[in-house]
Amino acid sequence: MKKVIFILMTSLVGTALFAQGDNAPSEKYIKAMEALVPAVDTTHSIDGLTDLANSFERIANAEKTQWLPFYYAALCHINKANMYYTTQELDKIDPLMDIAEPLLKKAEELEKNNSEIFCLKKMFNTGKMMADPMNRYMIYGAAASEALEEAKKLNPENPRVFLLEGIDKYYTPEQFGGSKEEAKKLFKEASEKMESFKPASSIHPSWGAGQIKYFLTLE
Amino acid sequence: MKRRKYIFLFLMVSGLFQTISAQVIVKGIVKDNKGNPITGASISIKDSYDGGTSDSSGRYSFKTFEKGEHILQITSIGYKTFEQSIKLESGILTIDATIKEEISELTAVVISAGTFEASDRKRTAAVLNPIDIVTTASANGDVTGALKTLPGAQQVGEAEGLFVRGGTAAETKIFIDGTLVNNFFQSSTPNVASFGRFSPFIFKGTVFSTGGYSALYGQALSSALILESIDLPERTSASLGISIIGVNGGYQRLSKNKKSSFGASYSYTNLAPAFAIFKQEQKYSQVPEFHSGDLNFRIKTSKTGMLKYYAYFNTSHLDFTIPSIDSLGYKDRFGLSNVNIYNNLAWKENLGKGWKINAGISYTLNKDKIKSGMKDNYKNEVVLNGLEFKTYDLDLDANYFNVKLILERKFKGLTALRFGSEYNYSNEKSVFKLFNGQQFPDRLKENIKSFFAESDIYITNDVAAKIGTRVEHSSIVNKTNIAPRFSLAYKISKQAQASLAYGIFYQDPERKNLPSPNALGFMKATHYIVQYMKVTNLRTFRAEIFYKKYENLVKTGIVNGREGVAINNNGFGDAKGFEFFWRDRKTIKNVDYWISYSFLDTRRDFLNFPYATTPNFAAKHTASLVIKKFVQNWKMQFNGAYNYASSRPYYNIASDSTGYKFTDKGLIPAYHNFSFALNYLPTIGRRDSKNFTVYVLSISNVFNLKQVYGYKYSYNGMRKEEIVPPSRMFVYIGAFFSFGIDRTENAVNDRLF
Repeated sequence: MKKVIFILMTSLVGTALFAQGDNAPSEKYIKAMEALVPAVDTTHSIDGLTDLANSFERIANAEKTQWLPFYYAALCHINKANMYYTTQELDKIDPLMDIAEPLLKKAEELEKNNSEIFCLKKMFNTGKMMADPMNRYMIYGAAASEALEEAKKLNPENPRVFLLEGIDKYYTPEQFGGSKEEAKKLFKEASEKMESFKPASSIHPSWGAGQIKYFLTLE
Repeated sequence: MKRRKYIFLFLMVSGLFQTISAQVIVKGIVKDNKGNPITGASISIKDSYDGGTSDSSGRYSFKTFEKGEHILQITSIGYKTFEQSIKLESGILTIDATIKEEISELTAVVISAGTFEASDRKRTAAVLNPIDIVTTASANGDVTGALKTLPGAQQVGEAEGLFVRGGTAAETKIFIDGTLVNNFFQSSTPNVASFGRFSPFIFKGTVFSTGGYSALYGQALSSALILESIDLPERTSASLGISIIGVNGGYQRLSKNKKSSFGASYSYTNLAPAFAIFKQEQKYSQVPEFHSGDLNFRIKTSKTGMLKYYAYFNTSHLDFTIPSIDSLGYKDRFGLSNVNIYNNLAWKENLGKGWKINAGISYTLNKDKIKSGMKDNYKNEVVLNGLEFKTYDLDLDANYFNVKLILERKFKGLTALRFGSEYNYSNEKSVFKLFNGQQFPDRLKENIKSFFAESDIYITNDVAAKIGTRVEHSSIVNKTNIAPRFSLAYKISKQAQASLAYGIFYQDPERKNLPSPNALGFMKATHYIVQYMKVTNLRTFRAEIFYKKYENLVKTGIVNGREGVAINNNGFGDAKGFEFFWRDRKTIKNVDYWISYSFLDTRRDFLNFPYATTPNFAAKHTASLVIKKFVQNWKMQFNGAYNYASSRPYYNIASDSTGYKFTDKGLIPAYHNFSFALNYLPTIGRRDSKNFTVYVLSISNVFNLKQVYGYKYSYNGMRKEEIVPPSRMFVYIGAFFSFGIDRTENAVNDRLF
């Protein structure tokens, strides 16, 4: 009898585990993501990023419980916003952030306390600030640096934390505490961390190597 | 071996065959309802990974291995989701789609005629940011000061308030969180504009309507200034300020869960040091001295709900003399002490199913003690023959109570219905004491009950209308009015829009002219406004033409020896003009400037005017230039402003047996004012800094130009004197420190999400 109970119990636990395992990614999902994830590092056009974001969003909406496609979709939109910042088309930033925000929120609901999500939050807030720095500095600037702090606390080995910190230092005017020297140090650190960084899976965030290299070659 | 190969081949062929038979190419074109191609739309087979993105010609094409019945979904920001059932079998499936624009705040036309908005919302009507109110050089940190650089408002220096489009200051009503504020400005001093009571830092949004405003507001013939107070503070902090005119300190505490906050502040203002440097026209026996304090709490009652309480307390004293115009060698004395308590409780909440509630209560207690008289050269009080009337005491004791309730129901798109009710109660007691001790007590009660309903109707993203009606009953005139309001906005292009506004506005006779021996009615104004506005990235252009018709304005006369008593509603008038506004943050790098110009043609017959004429508060041309430049290297912001007003009329009105007459008339010189302000922010940009410091230097009338606001006349009308500002130039120096305290560790978690 005891044995029966034991079997029943284990099977119950098993089903419970299995039910949880429902959340485990399917092979189809991983394959689809594997095809897209590397493009995050190599897509540098507005149209390309739109297409990529759409692709991630389709997977996100089909899967519903995976945080990565939401994360990547938001990342593509934020990267697009950054491109508009470089061309000073500032009025195009807010509409993109309005798309990115719910995606980022969704990713955070599905995956709590992840350094990568806090990095993305940092990028989101910096992007919002860049649309109108004078008026938004107080709110979004503070939120951005707090998000980055949290990202570092959650994973001090995350190379993207150092990349983002480096970019901040690089573009902040010296009077406001920016420094190209210190930025370079941070990019070097990011580069080292990148080499030893092992993403949790083939589809977990590992982007940034290209950008780090770019900043290291800048004088 | 051979057999194996065979099997392999078979597998390959069948696999290939399967692939060919299963693969469907879905393609088509996505267009909007005007036939323009949509770029970047996401096309997907619902609940699958398959889909594509439309290119610049709206074309898309993708492969899918899905089979059978599915739903093709097309989404694009600003458009309604398109869905169509499809059957995937084989070959090529062509689906062309027309997607409809979604009505959204981002793309929809804004009903903006007559309105200036200062908020951080990304809206077309938001021509200013909240910070602009504080950093406009000529504003001197006063809420209404910044608004005077916008078209529509006059540069009136001898009295407080906003004189809008030919209207008096009393025709502008001010609201905080929806409810009426009765004593927005410090109590009046003759020929000196007093400051607003409230710090600009307690407001996050300002809507300044120069006409055609919403049915939610009433009892203002010309203009409504709608202020929205701030929500929860960013963090717990303490603040300290020191300036040439006083000191202030405050503390704000944000609870650990960031759902509530409370705070208090106190400020002491004493103008003695400033007046020692800048010689005043007035000779003070008691320099203006103010004690002000405030208390607040804010509670997040739910995810969408917020309860806010703000209380303000103020006492002030001043007493001065100026050389009397009526009798050489003597001085006119004016003394004023004021106690003011203001309380405002506001609550907003989403009730679900598209319903929203906004409720507010405010209570004000205001006491003024005015002492008027004459003094001789030895500072002794004297009563001169024939000028006894100049010696009097006036004690005012007023209570005001205002309640407002608004219910809002949001429908599809941006269409909304709002309705509600407002109640304004005022109870003013006054005691007028003559030189001989004779007392005239008086009491005036006013009850106004209002109901209003208003609907925003968005027909498409390009056409929207706001239709509203307000019904008011006032006990003081014992009459009911019905005031319709209507505005329409049309989007001409992506960046340009045109709007129209029409409305009828009623206002009770001013209490200072009451009680009247005769039955009176509401004063009435009708507004017609046409606006064109174009907003591009970092640039705003706005032009407005308006016509305003006044009817039933109060006429005054002498009743029982008292001057200025309302006798009938036979007054009338009109105002017409056009205005331009241009703001540009793009042309010159790091420089932000705006220019406004107003043309005003107005005449009116009201109060004791013998006939219709242009009133002394209306200049034909007014213009302002405001420039702001932030110099990063120095962490300094330079703000400059130039305000101009063409000659305003002046006149003296006296009565004889046949009635009132203009005994003298003319034009004052044009008004020029250059102001400059410098803000130094040494802590800006330091990411790790929890403290924030601002040093302020501001100079009004930099070139020490002579400014004349008008003329005052002796009682007998024989002599006139210029009305000039208390001092020509004024310099303000101050330092403000804010210290962030107790930043909790996971502050970031609820910061934005």
